[in-house]
Amino acid sequence: MPIADRVAVRLRVNGEEMAVMVAPYKTLLEVLREDLGLTGTKHGCELGECSTCGVLVDGRPYLSCLAMPLDLEGREITTVEGMAHGSDPDPLQVAFAELGAAQCGYCTPAMLLTARALLDRDPHPTRDAIKEALSGVLCRCTGYLKIFEAVELAASRGRRHG
Amino acid sequence: MADELAIVGKSLTKPDAFAKVSGQTRFADDLALPRMLFGRILRSPHPHARIVGVDTSRARALPGVLAVLTGDDLPIKFGILPVSQDEEALAREKVRYVGDPVAAVAATDEWIADEALDLIEVEFTQLPPIMSIEQAIAADAEPIHGASNVHKAVALEFGDTDEAMRAAQHVREDVVFFEGNTHLPMEQHAALAQYGADGKLTLWTSSQTPHYVHRALGKVLELPMSRIRVIATPNGGGFGGKSDIFSHELVAARLAIVTGRPVKITLTREEVFYAHRGRHPVLMRVKTGLTRDGRITAMQFRSFLDGGGYGSYGVASTYYTGALQATTYAIPRYRFEALRVFTNKPPCGPKRGHGTPQPRFALETHFDKVAEELGLDPVELRLRNLPRPDSRTVNWLRITSCGLEACINKVVEGSGFLERRRSMPRGRGLGFAVSSYLSGAGTAIYWNDMPHSEVQLKLDRNGGVALLCGAIDIGQGSDHILAAIVAEVLGVALEDIQLTTADTDLTPIDLGSYSSRVTFMAGNAAKAAAEKVRAQLFEAVARALPCDVDDLVARDRRIVRRNRPEEGVSFTQAVQLVEAGGGVVTATGSYTPPKLAGPYKGSGVGPSPAYSFSAAVVEVDCDVSTGEVRVPEVWIAHDIGRAINPVLVEGQVEGSVYMALGEALMEEQTFRLGLHKFPSLLEYKSPTALEAPVMHTYLVETIDREGPFGAKEAGQGPLLPVIPAVANAVYNALGVRIDEIPITPDKVLKAMADRSKRVGPASTPAFEFPPLIKAEIPEEWKGK
Ligand code: FES
Ligand code: FES
Repeated sequence: MPIADRVAVRLRVNGEEMAVMVAPYKTLLEVLREDLGLTGTKHGCELGECSTCGVLVDGRPYLSCLAMPLDLEGREITTVEGMAHGSDPDPLQVAFAELGAAQCGYCTPAMLLTARALLDRDPHPTRDAIKEALSGVLCRCTGYLKIFEAVELAASRGRRHG
Repeated sequence: MADELAIVGKSLTKPDAFAKVSGQTRFADDLALPRMLFGRILRSPHPHARIVGVDTSRARALPGVLAVLTGDDLPIKFGILPVSQDEEALAREKVRYVGDPVAAVAATDEWIADEALDLIEVEFTQLPPIMSIEQAIAADAEPIHGASNVHKAVALEFGDTDEAMRAAQHVREDVVFFEGNTHLPMEQHAALAQYGADGKLTLWTSSQTPHYVHRALGKVLELPMSRIRVIATPNGGGFGGKSDIFSHELVAARLAIVTGRPVKITLTREEVFYAHRGRHPVLMRVKTGLTRDGRITAMQFRSFLDGGGYGSYGVASTYYTGALQATTYAIPRYRFEALRVFTNKPPCGPKRGHGTPQPRFALETHFDKVAEELGLDPVELRLRNLPRPDSRTVNWLRITSCGLEACINKVVEGSGFLERRRSMPRGRGLGFAVSSYLSGAGTAIYWNDMPHSEVQLKLDRNGGVALLCGAIDIGQGSDHILAAIVAEVLGVALEDIQLTTADTDLTPIDLGSYSSRVTFMAGNAAKAAAEKVRAQLFEAVARALPCDVDDLVARDRRIVRRNRPEEGVSFTQAVQLVEAGGGVVTATGSYTPPKLAGPYKGSGVGPSPAYSFSAAVVEVDCDVSTGEVRVPEVWIAHDIGRAINPVLVEGQVEGSVYMALGEALMEEQTFRLGLHKFPSLLEYKSPTALEAPVMHTYLVETIDREGPFGAKEAGQGPLLPVIPAVANAVYNALGVRIDEIPITPDKVLKAMADRSKRVGPASTPAFEFPPLIKAEIPEEWKGK
């Protein structure tokens, strides 16, 4: 599309104000990956079917492939790049790494963020609550078990530091 | 003490884990280059049609479009197997399935590229679509390639099976069907090509087989391979679906050459369904003769594979449907006939278990029925027909270690199978099955005498170890395996190993992440290289200390005397001693499988340096009113040889069980009027976290004498027994036989309502197979 038709979008991502000029029909997924260089957010369908593109908006899971950036001005967007505190990983990230919960790692960013939202809401979820919370995020590698165990391990280690 | 393993056998965090959990791993579509263009591919809307003409003039005129390609721009045919060079990057004369690539564009953004596709006008003459095996072999069938739709027909016999059948005290025959399904990796395939001013082409691609892509690029683009660099990016899941050569890889490369700018093509999810190369639909007939006490005397097996529009790995898939029957059971006489046909569907190929989950379903449900007829329990029937360690099967496959009996015992005891299956309430049931699988194909895809895996190590005064290998991590953990083996041999820590993988400019050859070969083959190559480095270090340290070379051990980042550990040097000092003597410290290691093929045509598919074995018990909970089958619990045991990293092996086993349950209960790739019914993640059903069962995983270690530290495969074998175990459990629960995968609720209800208490095919098509090739059988089977 002609550059003249682009619109200015201001987003708050991982606590940082960011501004870009983008085509107005670009999704949040595309703006994050292509305009802001945040390629940690993945995609598996771009149609709202797999949750691979999941990010957090104001702490709640959100499908970035269906979200329009202009609607999210002023909201707090968190991507996987924003999970660690400096070089100190989130306890979920540590648990996923230790237990082999990231095989290919492609679903991992969305799994981690979805699990983060769960633990923030319910610090000691039951197995069923974990299954329920993660049920929208597809993983083809792990059979989900190591993911459940990693969420439980992170929960047992307590809240994020920092 | 000194000989205890420090790293191998431990559940350590794999080297790429933290990059993955932080979103730093760069998958193919995460890459972008300055001036990059976006490529898109126009695909056939027809299952079978002749291309009359392609008009690209309107697309070329669209502002922002830099190139448009049609078939004539890439006229050289290719294919993964030398015997099946039947694909074109963009179809020239005919299209053979909905989704077959026809034309391509490169534009400054994806929206312009999409618009340009709409402006390409293709004139087709439609041909009758061939959508089933029966249609393909009908006398008046329109041929999809050449003169007939027979792609491959095989007829082999090992010993006189007719005679053995006649002599058998019990004979049973079954006909079953396994519907096709697809890999569904979460990452869509993507490729980025760059053609430099120096005339060198670089392709980054989410491929399991960069070496084969490299060869195909050289052939189709007519460039010397030395001017092409292929870099495989970490795969966001593969499962066999990224182990072929794909149109978009060749097209991105050509577009980059034509435009002089980098070009990226990322497939949409719908296109991934068309790229496919997944599980073949297979119709099978199995007939077994046994003694009254349940010893197999002969088997005759027939398979009919629905191959889709192109050859792909199909010749190998065809042989695989018959190869591993005799590695799972001691079968004294064996006949195998198979037919693969072309149909107007996306090409089928290798999916986890390549060509063996279908016959495994056939055999394991068949033997469940045989056991019942003989009044044996299904476990006892297996125990009476176990393959033996250190033996040859009647079709010449060499078995080294075999832990099948131990696997059976683990799951049977763990689940309480024998007692509980008799007392389950209606609707609940337990099923049992066994399997075996290869640890790497014993022969290469193209005929050559060179190693299948090569590893190079480079060390210098800094004390780190650079490890270079062509293997690509697709999530299975191959990076960890390589690093762990080298760290173990050299007595250093995992983090001392710096990996460079799957870059054809830098890394020595590894044939790829397919056929469960990387741990065994690249692992052996890594071990060989590390041992050569260690020998150099020991020699220098022995001279410096001085002491006898045989007196030294490498551990805890030191090289010390075995019984006087205070006498020694640090690892870094040892490297410096060697470097001072002769410069940079390097060594290479390689692995070539032993020559294992038997003395008959077709013996190249099936041999492997070692086989893994698995056994599973599955519990089902069936809703008698809806026909829905749930799986609350699974017990699975796997003979891994040795677990180099138990947590990673468990992950492979659990992932295999998951994938098997998807195939058993819901996943299917089916068509209506030539169109794929479900080319989307929403409609193609796959299991979610809610369906995940409780899994009990048992690793059985048999320490294979040829595996690296005794290791065998884990990535594919554990999928195999689970699918038939589900079917057998449904029978235990409801008394119905669903002889057709997937076991969907409608089939369960139908079987319950039908007097036969069965759903499944009645017969196999009449087809005249070629005359049997009667192979010599190994000495140990003669007279048995
Ligand atoms: S990419 Fe699949 S839901 Fe967004
Ligand atoms: S780890 Fe590969 S999709 Fe989840």
